[in-house]
Amino acid sequence: MSPLLRVAGIEKRYGARIGCTDVSFDLYPGEVMGIVGESGSGKSTLLNCLAGHLAPDAGQVIFDTRHMGPVDTVTMSEPERRMLSRTDWAFVHQHARDGLRMSVSAGGNIGERLMAVGDRHYGRIRAAALDWLDRVEIDGARIDDRPSAFSGGMQQRLQIARNLVTGPRLVFMDEPTGGLDVSVQARLLDLLRGLVRRMGLSAIIVTHDLAVVRLLADRLMVMKDGRVVESGLTDQVLDDPQHGYTQLLVSSVLQV
Amino acid sequence: MSDYNFAYLDEQTKRMIRRAILKGLAVPGYQVPFASREMPMPYGWGTGGVQVSAATLTPEDRLKVIDQGADDTTNAVSIRKFFERTAGVATTEMTQDATVIQTRHRIPEAELTEDQILVYQVPIPEPLRFLEPRETETRKMHSLQEYGLMHVKLYEDISQHGAISTAYAYPVRVAERYVMDPSPIPKFDNPKMEMAAIQLFGAGREQRIYAVPPYTRVVSLDFEDYPFEATKADHACDLCGAEDSYLDEVIMDDAGTRMFVCSDTDYCRSRREAAA
Repeated sequence: MSPLLRVAGIEKRYGARIGCTDVSFDLYPGEVMGIVGESGSGKSTLLNCLAGHLAPDAGQVIFDTRHMGPVDTVTMSEPERRMLSRTDWAFVHQHARDGLRMSVSAGGNIGERLMAVGDRHYGRIRAAALDWLDRVEIDGARIDDRPSAFSGGMQQRLQIARNLVTGPRLVFMDEPTGGLDVSVQARLLDLLRGLVRRMGLSAIIVTHDLAVVRLLADRLMVMKDGRVVESGLTDQVLDDPQHGYTQLLVSSVLQV
Repeated sequence: MSDYNFAYLDEQTKRMIRRAILKGLAVPGYQVPFASREMPMPYGWGTGGVQVSAATLTPEDRLKVIDQGADDTTNAVSIRKFFERTAGVATTEMTQDATVIQTRHRIPEAELTEDQILVYQVPIPEPLRFLEPRETETRKMHSLQEYGLMHVKLYEDISQHGAISTAYAYPVRVAERYVMDPSPIPKFDNPKMEMAAIQLFGAGREQRIYAVPPYTRVVSLDFEDYPFEATKADHACDLCGAEDSYLDEVIMDDAGTRMFVCSDTDYCRSRREAAA
């Protein structure tokens, strides 16, 4: 099987400072990769480079596209990259307000990607929106409400629905559970795990919460100061951390 | 009269505006930035349209100015007087006699011909503005033809009102390329935009000029299951009896009596004169 995403030697600098450097990994279809590290370790920079929001200074991000086969998304033209980011890619922001249109109803939010790829049938768009509200456990009766009338957890679930409606193959998630209370987090994680498994999605999840990667990720990368210090299977890294920083990270988790 | 340069603006400014107009005609529906001048009227009163008219007028032209279809409202009267004074051109209220027609929010009912120019006053030229506030982003969306967002607005209309309730400034796609705001004309007028005359759009405050050349394809956006419909009040004109013209609803008294009259005063008057 060929990898869905092949990342080679990604580097991003902010002037003399390092955002992230020398990051390489392969992501296979259906695999979930977790990236953990403390604030400022470069994990969000890395994610933004991979998703095309930032232009990396060096390296390649080769994505196995449906029609053209493996293509370097760093050098691909902007229209192609933007097309990719609303069809085969999805990006779940930490703050739902960054990923949603707050002045547009829930149904319109979900339908936007469908309309962006050319769907012009109201009935079909509406049906897809209802279907996805159901899948992310939001009452269909709320379809015409604006996201501003939703709770934080519902907004996050709506953002996920809006992203997954076009059936992407790769989902980027930046702290998807950040800022939610634990019971809402648990429900969201449960939902995400179900969707990822059922749709066979590949995902890259950036988080500082080790519990999130324990639940969702197959593999783990630990970042510190812009570099990957340790990587491997999630359980292996968390249960038997080798690098000093990883050991510190694992031992810092509060036990209840 | 000789106190002003012909049509108020200086020749260099008119050249600059003409260049923008030509570019607009070459790229139908594309918003061309131009260095809009301060005009002796407030923004929102047609500063863009006036500048386009000034750059278009020649001494031989005959000008007609309408505001919501009427020749006798404040905006129309002042702009007509402005050009009578600063350009000394002939003016008319008859649609078919005019060579340049400046309009606010209507297209005349009478069919326009190849030797006429229709100049629109535009408040906000960017059709995506209320959906996407960033100018950098809307420009990118135009250049990449990412117009899905326009349909989100129509979707919202249907989900809230059961039909596309946008009744004016109804977005159109010009020559199968640019999505364009036709200025706040009623959607009843949208089908008329495929016409023989040249259509020029001037937005003074926003500093944009755009254009639709004669016989250009202009399609109103819609959904397959909710097609575009050019709507008007379901009534005939109470003065001339016309059933095919766009109507204004006029409230007559405190008891709620109302009458419907043609919004195009010239059309209504000529029909009544013909009948008399």
